[in-house]
Amino acid sequence: MLEIKNLHATVDGKAILKGIDLTVKAGEVHAIMGPNGSGKSTLSYVLAGREGYEVTEGEVLFKGKNLLEMEPEERAGEGVFLAFQYPVEIPGVPNTTFLKEALNSVRRYRGEGELDAMQFVKLVREKTKLLNMGDEMLKRPVNVGFSGGEKKRNEALQMAVLEPSLAVLDETDSGLDIDALKTVADAVNRLRRPDNALLVITHYQRLLDYIVPDHVHVLAGGRIQKSGGKELAEELEKTGYAEFTAGAAA
Amino acid sequence: MAARVETVEQVRALDKYKYGFVTDIEAETAPKGLNEDIIRFISAKKAEPEWLLEWRLKAYRHWLSMPEPTWQKVQFPALDYQDAYYYSAPKSPADGPKSLDEVDPKLLETYEKLGIPLSEQKLLAGVAVDAVFDSVSVATTYKKTLNEAGVIFCSISEAVRNHPELVKKYLGSVVPYGDNKHACLNSAVFTDGSFVYIPKGVRCPMELSTYFRINAQNTGQFERTLIIADAGSYVSYLEGCTAPQRDENQLHAAVVELIALDDAEIKYSTVQNWYPGDEEGKGGIYNFVTKRGACRGRNSKISWTQVETGSAITWKYPSCILQGDNSVGEFYSIAITNNFQQADTGTKMIHLGKNTRSRIIAKGISAGKSDSTYRGLVRIGAKAEGARNFTQCDSLLIGDKCGAHTVPYIENKNRRAIVEHEATTSRISEDQLFYCRQRGLSEEDAVALVVNGFCREVMQQLPMEFAVEAQKLVGISLEGSVG
Repeated sequence: MLEIKNLHATVDGKAILKGIDLTVKAGEVHAIMGPNGSGKSTLSYVLAGREGYEVTEGEVLFKGKNLLEMEPEERAGEGVFLAFQYPVEIPGVPNTTFLKEALNSVRRYRGEGELDAMQFVKLVREKTKLLNMGDEMLKRPVNVGFSGGEKKRNEALQMAVLEPSLAVLDETDSGLDIDALKTVADAVNRLRRPDNALLVITHYQRLLDYIVPDHVHVLAGGRIQKSGGKELAEELEKTGYAEFTAGAAA
Repeated sequence: MAARVETVEQVRALDKYKYGFVTDIEAETAPKGLNEDIIRFISAKKAEPEWLLEWRLKAYRHWLSMPEPTWQKVQFPALDYQDAYYYSAPKSPADGPKSLDEVDPKLLETYEKLGIPLSEQKLLAGVAVDAVFDSVSVATTYKKTLNEAGVIFCSISEAVRNHPELVKKYLGSVVPYGDNKHACLNSAVFTDGSFVYIPKGVRCPMELSTYFRINAQNTGQFERTLIIADAGSYVSYLEGCTAPQRDENQLHAAVVELIALDDAEIKYSTVQNWYPGDEEGKGGIYNFVTKRGACRGRNSKISWTQVETGSAITWKYPSCILQGDNSVGEFYSIAITNNFQQADTGTKMIHLGKNTRSRIIAKGISAGKSDSTYRGLVRIGAKAEGARNFTQCDSLLIGDKCGAHTVPYIENKNRRAIVEHEATTSRISEDQLFYCRQRGLSEEDAVALVVNGFCREVMQQLPMEFAVEAQKLVGISLEGSVG
């Protein structure tokens, strides 16, 4: 589904990613772990197409298509979803309005018909039920005044409604207490299907207790230093990243 | 969203401004220029009584002596008043249409194109429309239903003929002819406009609406609207405007006067979409309008809501004079400027009576190379015990070549009055746009969404069918403002 080959990227002229290779297949969960400043968030922004993140070398294929030449909204239409580390507030725009606009934009891109108000309400009800969520967040303006946990649950709800093929979770655990973490992880797990994939970016191992990865990669100094199974995450929890940061600096 | 995208596409297809077409219709036009003969011509055309002609001439003579105002922030070359026509009317076989059946089909077609069908069966249920084309009112719908309720809704020319006592009593009583240069010009040459009278205790059974259309070239539009809500009555009035796309600037100097007596309420909503000029700033309407309401009675209320997206220059301050004790004035405004548009708009709340309250919510959105100013006056008189005002001005900037300014004037002569002013300026954030785009919205849809959210408080004040229209307009008027 996703093939990243020798990806180099700069931010403000500074090289952050220095040759990343990664292949993610449908149905898989990959975790990318690494110390602060290793390029984890940069990787997620490069995949989503954020302005200011310049790819200098390498390629990214998504379902065989060149992802890097698409606009952010086209990537969304193709099925790339980024769960933000810091979900953005949009004052005055009710959550439902935002969800409906997003869903219908994506559906238009995919050549599917738009949903009318009734169909949309029905769909959202199904999804909130699936995620064990109430609908109290729906009428409030997007992320405005939401607690950390609510913001992340809202990201999960958007993911549920948009049904992406690849979801990139950028430090979804940051700012969450253990209960909120469980709730969000549970929501994400409910959305797993054989035909979609997850790329979980995290600093700590604890999220991976709940969203269990098939593969774990250590990102440091802009490169993947080591890959393994889920046991690698546990190992890192004990040893830390020192080994890799030292290596990267050398 | 679907509707918005569709509209955006339609507009693109029509070279951006979808109301920019011209109706080819035979018109009767007064000679170019402005002098006493032209004013006599207009007055004669309308078979006006002597007192009105005298009033016009008095206004004209006063106008000649008035200097052009210079305090505004907007900039434009000096107006050449002699290089314009002051009267243009579609030629009709008789004195004017008596009913819709007699209205020239071409005119009906024009309004169809504008999305304002005048045939009653097609109208939005519950909205009566008066359509003003260039200088004259061409049709008023739903007359019968309104008559039964005792509501008078007609063109002001008709009101002068049929209800002279009301017109004579109230015309110029809120905006005197010498009020300002543009209002004075309007008093001299106004050609038509709407007249509304709601009798005592009547809640007007439907929304009243006027649709203004400038068609002829080099023609100014000087309409005059007079609305009187007698004791205990209520009316909601909507106003929409469009004009063809032309290279020269056209002057629109209207006057609107509202009078609310004891316990009466007037809600006045405007969606102003005059042609704004092209991307280089060529052409467009100069929208220099004087709107003022007098809360004469106790417990009366006047509420202005405006969505200003069009015009090369918008220069207007819908105001309230709060004379009656406990009267309430409200001003809700969205002003959007793009490309080279300029707006200097706001309100005046004059508190005279006891316990008078006013509320001002102004949202300015500037994009392109445009410039937007909120200018508002809150004046509390010495006798306005317990008066209260709350003002909130928010500006949103899109891009880095536009400007937003807030100029509040507060004059308080009463120690116990409370005046509050809040203001914010923000930029549409890159984070917000990226977030929306990551969820699948195009950049333009993302801007429209964020801006509509920013304007929500004001949008909610609009009657339902107007709000939908206004939301679409927000998207359209900001087209090309990013990227």
